[in-house]
Amino acid sequence: MGIFNLFGAGTFRHGVHPPSHKAATAHQPIRRLPFPDHLVIPLNQHIGKPAKLLVKKGQEVVRGEPLASADGFVSVPIHAPATGRIRDIRLMPSARGEQAMAIILHVYAAATQEVLWRNPVDPGALDPQGMIQAIQDTGMVGLGGAAFPSHVKLSIPEEKSVDTLVVNGCECEPYLSCDHRTMLEHPRELMRGIRYAMQATGVSKAIVGVEENKMDAVKLLREHLHAQSDISVEAVETKYPQGSEKMLIKSLMGREVPAGGIPLDIGVVVNNVGTLAALGKLLPVGEGLTERVVTVTGPGVEKPGNYIIPLGTPIGYVLKQVGYIGGENEFILGGPMMGPSVSDMETPVTKGTSGLLVLNEPEIEQETRRIWPCIKCGRCLNACPMHLNPAYLGLLAAKREYEEMAQTYHLNDCFECGCCSYVCPSNIPLVQHFRIAKAINREQAA
Amino acid sequence: MAKKPAIELRTTPHIHAPQDVIMIMRNVVYASLPMAAWAVWQYGLSALMLLLVVVASCMLSERVLNAKQGNTLGDWSAAITGILLFLTLPPGFPLWMGVIAGFSAIGLGKALFGGLGMNVFNPALVGRAFVQAAFPVAITSWTPAFFDGRFTTLIPSTLTAPFMIPPETGEWNMQVAVDAFTGATPLGLQKFDAVSTPVLDLLTGMTAGSAGESAALIILVCGLYLAFRGMLDWRIPVAVMAGTAITAAVFHFIDPVAYPDAMFMLFSGGLMLGAWFMASDMVGSPVTPAGVIIYGLLIGFVTVIIRLFGGLTEGVMYAILLGNAVTPLIDQVTQPRVFGHRKSS
Repeated sequence: MGIFNLFGAGTFRHGVHPPSHKAATAHQPIRRLPFPDHLVIPLNQHIGKPAKLLVKKGQEVVRGEPLASADGFVSVPIHAPATGRIRDIRLMPSARGEQAMAIILHVYAAATQEVLWRNPVDPGALDPQGMIQAIQDTGMVGLGGAAFPSHVKLSIPEEKSVDTLVVNGCECEPYLSCDHRTMLEHPRELMRGIRYAMQATGVSKAIVGVEENKMDAVKLLREHLHAQSDISVEAVETKYPQGSEKMLIKSLMGREVPAGGIPLDIGVVVNNVGTLAALGKLLPVGEGLTERVVTVTGPGVEKPGNYIIPLGTPIGYVLKQVGYIGGENEFILGGPMMGPSVSDMETPVTKGTSGLLVLNEPEIEQETRRIWPCIKCGRCLNACPMHLNPAYLGLLAAKREYEEMAQTYHLNDCFECGCCSYVCPSNIPLVQHFRIAKAINREQAA
Repeated sequence: MAKKPAIELRTTPHIHAPQDVIMIMRNVVYASLPMAAWAVWQYGLSALMLLLVVVASCMLSERVLNAKQGNTLGDWSAAITGILLFLTLPPGFPLWMGVIAGFSAIGLGKALFGGLGMNVFNPALVGRAFVQAAFPVAITSWTPAFFDGRFTTLIPSTLTAPFMIPPETGEWNMQVAVDAFTGATPLGLQKFDAVSTPVLDLLTGMTAGSAGESAALIILVCGLYLAFRGMLDWRIPVAVMAGTAITAAVFHFIDPVAYPDAMFMLFSGGLMLGAWFMASDMVGSPVTPAGVIIYGLLIGFVTVIIRLFGGLTEGVMYAILLGNAVTPLIDQVTQPRVFGHRKSS
């Protein structure tokens, strides 16, 4: 704030401005997809230890019932998204590429949307510790895509002090609009979720940061503030990767997360709007996270929109529902800048899936353009939000000088946002080079 | 699903900004064509033939010497080198020397280092430096602009037989010159005769010089086109011009009689062409934000020093080559401060 707002919306230096492609979905209300005939529910939908299985093959479960419990602190439970019978428990494809243990749930044809299992709590009566436990019980993770357990993020170690909760409503990835729709359609739940997060962390101030291309959301949320002066809603510049924690904190507060550190180190906790809105809805009624809003869009989709999709729904089923245009396609889970592309139609929508993007031939063709040598144009330096030197890092990667990359050129500060690859006129896959370099450095350190 | 779709698996990011190397290079060609056209308008048939010969020599050299990388003519970089090299040569430059200039530009300036992106120096200037050393007389033999019959007759030196010394053109110059043409460039006049040329003449190209070094205005417009399309780092030409103007102004302030003013320094000789089209060459210039400023200022400073105190009348070429040479060093010492770190290291 402060000096940054004198010159319009807050922002950070560098970044890129890809075309947003949000218009196809941003103005339609969120709709609900029916249940598929089976769900694929991985036990590791979150970062941390996979959940511990509570059910057996052949067992009947009702919608909302826990299927797996948290295995330790950095883990969350998993709840049944639909009523049905456990058909199998085995390795299945996952968005990250590797096979993961998953529950295959046969959904009963007559299954309804009614949640049949819940464990209500009285949020007003909870102390911070109790609130953390209640949040963990919902199975909540960062719905922006990181899928980091929310209760861990909201647990403040004793030696740290936190003064501000930053609520991330940037949604800077092109094509995605699920957070935008959530802010417009569920402002009350969002405000409630912000209260719970403040209660859990003990912070006295919350700032909601929303990109300027969503001023309708800014206006609506401000109307819901009433006289609560401890929550404010700020517009920030529309620019990728504004929604990265480090960038958003810089834009809103002018603080820089130190290298290798996390927002907690500078007294900030960041949560996504979708996460807190879901928390505001689920926590008081004691329900678990069984579905989420997913933006299904892209030139390859006939009916783009935001859909409430039960967790575990195979993407093949989602595509059948929304209709997709055949031919050569690329399927991306999340946004086009950071989302992984998947090949198996049985890959399920999980807690961290914010979007399902289908790009078809023209976009793909553009991507297969030839790779030219680096011409040292320096565009990547002017795009990198971390102020790294991707050009030199790329040249070093070509020479396999991975250690030099980490030691002299701060490779490990790269969070793979993709800005450098996006602007590179030579089409050099810089991010991929950096991923490989990091992986090799990690292996050598181990 | 009825039929299994063809599925692409790729790494992130899945979208890409529209500009690629070919598009940038093509636009540099577009931007340099008006300058070449102006040179042809000024000097006629000889200039046109020199342009074609130099560009052909560059492209042929690229095809032969870079054959290992396949056909790289499609990236247009060899054509750009050819056009820029032509613009630095005197319009009556013998064609056979033009062939050598083009060959050395690509051969010594680029292929030797490994082709596109690998070269240390600007290839066009390497070619020009080579022929300057090899043919010191021919490279300083100027021709009056807008001479009569320039589209029907050739400058006598143009068709010199290979490996022969070109004929003396002084007498021919006197015959064709519209007014009293001395065969001297504005910089030469300034340096040796202390005669200043009006800035307006410099801007519009009513002077003698290399094919592309006159008409600063056209160069400026072409450069601005690239800058506005984001295909040229505007900070470099601006820094070069700032470095030139500041250095020239300081000397002019010390002794206004001996040293010309900043405007003259900016718009005479090859400064505009060098600043906008050669110093700004991406491959040879620094990549760091602070680096490009230092690099530009250094080129401007060195240019003025050479012009004022060196044996040559013109210093832009050596200033840029020097700038190219120290670019890796500049990049090293100007690494940006990484987000979340206290200081750059």
